[in-house]
Amino acid sequence: MNAATKTSTIRGRALSTDVWETLKKNRAAFVATLLLAVMSVMVVVAPILSPYAFDATDFDRISVGPSLSTLHLFGTDALGRDLFVRTMYGGRISLMVGLVATAVSLVIGIAWGATAGFIGGRSDHVMMRIVDVLYAMPFMFFVILLMVFFGRSIVLIFVAIGAINWLDMARIVRGQTLSLKEKEFVEAARAGGVSNVKIVLHHIVPNLLGVVAVYVTLTIPQVILVESFLSFLGLGVQEPMTSWGALVNEGAQEMETAPWMLIFPGAFLATTLFCLNFIGDGLRDALDPRDRSN
Amino acid sequence: MPARVTNRLRLVFVAAAAMLSGGCGAPDSGQTMRNTPVGGASGTELAAEQILTKNNGAEPQTLDPHRAEGVPASNILRDLFEGLVSEAPDGRLIPGAAEAWQISDDGTVYTFTLRVDGRWSNGDPVTAADFEYGFRRSVDPATLSQYSSILFPIVNAEQIVKGELPPDQLGVTALDDRTLEIRLIGPTPYFLGLLTHSTTYAVHPLSVEEFGARFVRAGHLVGNGAYILDEWVVQSHIRLLRNQNYWDDEHTVIDEVNYLPIENQDAMLRRYRADELDFTQDLPFKQIAWIREHIADQLYISPYLGSYYYSLNLTLPPFAGMPKLRRALALAIDREVLTEKITGSGEIPAYSWTPRVTGYTQQPPAWAGWTQAERNTEAQRLYKVSGYSADNPLTLQFLYNTSENHKRIALAIASMWKQVLGVETKLLNQEWKVFLETRKQKTMPGVARNGWIGDYNDAYTFTQLLASDNEQNDSGFANDEYDALLDAASAEPDMQKRAALMEAAERLMLEAQPIIPIYFYVSKHLIKPWVGGFEANIMDHHYTKNFYILKH
Amino acid sequence: MLRFALKRVLGAIPTLLVLIALAFFLIKAAPGGPFDTDRRLPPEIEANLQAAYNLDEPLYRQFGLYLGGLLKGDFGPSFQYRDYTVTELIAAGFPVSLRLGGLAMLLAFVVGVAVGTVAALKQNAFTDHAAMAAAMIGISVPNFVMAPLLVLVFAVTLKWLPAGGLGDWRNFVLPVVALALPQIAYIARLTRGSMIEVLRADFIRTARAQGLPQRAVIIRHALKPALLPVISYLGPATAAIITGSVVIEQIFGVPGLGRFFVQGALNRDYTLVMGVVVFYGVLIVVFNLIVDLVYGWLDPRVQYQ
Repeated sequence: MNAATKTSTIRGRALSTDVWETLKKNRAAFVATLLLAVMSVMVVVAPILSPYAFDATDFDRISVGPSLSTLHLFGTDALGRDLFVRTMYGGRISLMVGLVATAVSLVIGIAWGATAGFIGGRSDHVMMRIVDVLYAMPFMFFVILLMVFFGRSIVLIFVAIGAINWLDMARIVRGQTLSLKEKEFVEAARAGGVSNVKIVLHHIVPNLLGVVAVYVTLTIPQVILVESFLSFLGLGVQEPMTSWGALVNEGAQEMETAPWMLIFPGAFLATTLFCLNFIGDGLRDALDPRDRSN
Repeated sequence: MPARVTNRLRLVFVAAAAMLSGGCGAPDSGQTMRNTPVGGASGTELAAEQILTKNNGAEPQTLDPHRAEGVPASNILRDLFEGLVSEAPDGRLIPGAAEAWQISDDGTVYTFTLRVDGRWSNGDPVTAADFEYGFRRSVDPATLSQYSSILFPIVNAEQIVKGELPPDQLGVTALDDRTLEIRLIGPTPYFLGLLTHSTTYAVHPLSVEEFGARFVRAGHLVGNGAYILDEWVVQSHIRLLRNQNYWDDEHTVIDEVNYLPIENQDAMLRRYRADELDFTQDLPFKQIAWIREHIADQLYISPYLGSYYYSLNLTLPPFAGMPKLRRALALAIDREVLTEKITGSGEIPAYSWTPRVTGYTQQPPAWAGWTQAERNTEAQRLYKVSGYSADNPLTLQFLYNTSENHKRIALAIASMWKQVLGVETKLLNQEWKVFLETRKQKTMPGVARNGWIGDYNDAYTFTQLLASDNEQNDSGFANDEYDALLDAASAEPDMQKRAALMEAAERLMLEAQPIIPIYFYVSKHLIKPWVGGFEANIMDHHYTKNFYILKH
Repeated sequence: MLRFALKRVLGAIPTLLVLIALAFFLIKAAPGGPFDTDRRLPPEIEANLQAAYNLDEPLYRQFGLYLGGLLKGDFGPSFQYRDYTVTELIAAGFPVSLRLGGLAMLLAFVVGVAVGTVAALKQNAFTDHAAMAAAMIGISVPNFVMAPLLVLVFAVTLKWLPAGGLGDWRNFVLPVVALALPQIAYIARLTRGSMIEVLRADFIRTARAQGLPQRAVIIRHALKPALLPVISYLGPATAAIITGSVVIEQIFGVPGLGRFFVQGALNRDYTLVMGVVVFYGVLIVVFNLIVDLVYGWLDPRVQYQ
């Protein structure tokens, strides 16, 4: 077991340095990573600097444009609430939805795909048939139903959206596992009497990290978009809490009268999606398994 | 004058001559409450193409007049059919398919005389038997009407709807081809107003029997209104063309009217601005400032027969047995700020329940005349008296259904309660059907959004809602005295005494504050400058036959 | 190949059954029913309506009745659009969604593949980043922002195109573009990725070494294999897009199928929701089959077993 742990950590480190080097070379992805980091810190820290609470209404300053003198940096919304603080709070929710829902799909997807791929045979066949069946489901429709039944629970948004995305993950992971299984180091571990569970956990999964990383950066923006679509339908987070999707939806309704209500949250949302997609592509280039194996 | 005038019957209403006065030349027969600016004295010039495109807010569930419910269907059915009674552009009742009627002294027997020239769109004459057929079909359980309960004032209607009697026992009888008698179980002053509702329309018996449920399809539908159904593409449009057989077709100007089911109000406004709509139903709150700035001359706002209010759940804490707390919450809402800054489209602040309806005096409480500062002081006092304070704040659940407008109002009011009283409000936004279920069950304590649009222009449609046995009574308000006053009112033939009874009931109810009135609805339309013939009315009923398109 | 297709279709039956059962019991589990409105019905009227639509039967019997109807090709009457059957509604809405979605997919395919190929050829150069950045606007701006923007610019302000509704080809331009934008981004990215890979493959190197011009190498040799992942993406994506997009339909007032999913669920229009769900399931199966067949054509190594 010690040996196995060591191998995986070493491999992991090697992988991450490798990725970091390649990413640095890909300037676009590098800039995107920095930008994303700055925004993430901002949504957590920045609200503290503002004198306004995210849910405090001000009926004397309804839909007021951005101004330095009032400290409403992004202006106010239709209830006189400070848009800067709300954009930051919305960012917390959107990024959290992105991360947690992706994590949910990741856990299910890796477990399912790695198991199917590693065991192979009939089990693999059955498990992948289940994935096929689920592929035919109109998942957006089920998410809507769930939101309708159980109300605006943020946990539910995480789980529901996460549950949609694990299918792709499972397929990708299974494919990778199938090929990894034949690799020498797995054979070696097996010959050394390591148990199947440990082989999966310590040898297969760490080697999937590259593919998974790419998948994650591409899933997070999708998930954030799904949340914004739910907000468009009025099924997003419960007010007075908000998300970028909800803010952008409100802003879109007033894009002519109060453009700041769309521009600021919209810019944050779009930049985040943009950055994540760029990083994803950069990572894919960097980690292309066939490329690496060459 | 109809022949059947006896001394037992008193002529209440003879055609329109009296109402017409300002009109347009001597009306020959009964009705001519018409748009007459057509090439008339005003010197307006009509456009060559008389096509009107209206937004209708949603797709109608059905165009079967007896099964229909809701505003979208009613709007179209008013063009396709004509009830015994119709409405003038300003909302006054005028003769429709009937040219005159008489009401017995005790107010329970109505005798209608149908007009001689009434025709179905296929040319058949409209007979009293057609109306008899229509009324019976409406209450027949097999028709699956959802609205037949508004016919309960008619003799045996309730029993037939409930399946206890056959439909032919209904108190509606065709005495001859042109005479229809309707017997009521009690004096019902608003009954004539009910006759503009689609459940009372006649349908063409032969086509209903030939096509069954599909008789409402384009090509099958035979109506007696000013328009016929030409094309119906679900979720796209419903197109009507003028009915050449309509008795008053010579006064119809619009040749074609399109009803679009656009639900998304922002999309609706964009299409209006792109000149793809001539007439809109309702407006997005958020765009009202833009509209006022850019197209104020096309904006028409007028009082509408509806109350927007909050139901307080009286069956559970914190509101059970706490009238002072309920009053405190009612006082702490600044309705001026709310209607000016949040809804902003002319809604009328409401301190009492029944809107301004004909023959009824509104009953605002004394505090309606106070300043908001005075109200807030009193609210704080009552809040304290009820045992709450800054250290021990009231925590409230606040239920509303998914909608941008309801959300904004709920947030604003929650923040007023917070600012004035320190109430902690937990908002709960539910999807429409779940919301209806939750509100009906009364299992969730606290506040629930509510609204009521009157069925007819009479205070009773509002007062009856808070009767202890009313299914719509979402507060669970139960007061014997209130119920007794209501019963007395519905048995009272004298209109003034009846109004006084209902007014007393409302005062009694408001004293207990089971509901918090917020504002009275207004109807809101955007109408292109080239559309003529629109007149606002409290029911917001509009007949395309009164419209015309100016040259532009 | 015919046997392969037949086998796949038969194999899809259990999938569809699971789908039907899941959707049926889920929607029935939702609180509220099709006849609930803010105007409450007297209990007798409500009971009468329930009975007329078999809603008073136990759930398993309702399911049985539904399956029975389905076998006869009867989707039942709609609860919301009471003058229509579900079959009629789908028959009316599908051609619209098909045309809209088909055109959007075509546009997305052409533009996406072009952008992706160009980007791949100039990997990591300025052109690559610029092209991909432009494409990615489509997935960085939600379509409920993009669509109203397009309308405001091209319909309200410039008055070049209609703001919505059905009509001639002009009515289709804005919704098709709005629908295609995100797809362009996905397809461009897939094409770029696989094209980069293919360009490194030996047979391309050989072709280049033989002195074939770039254009010929790309079109004759690289494009076909590079399109494989795009094709497998196109299958489910096309099925999804031709069953309608609720956002686009709402904003442009297009009478497609998309709103039936959402509105049907919200209205508790049980039969309509079931109808579109079944329809969608069948389409997915069909499109996956088509993808497999196209795959075989693009990649001769694939064998139909």
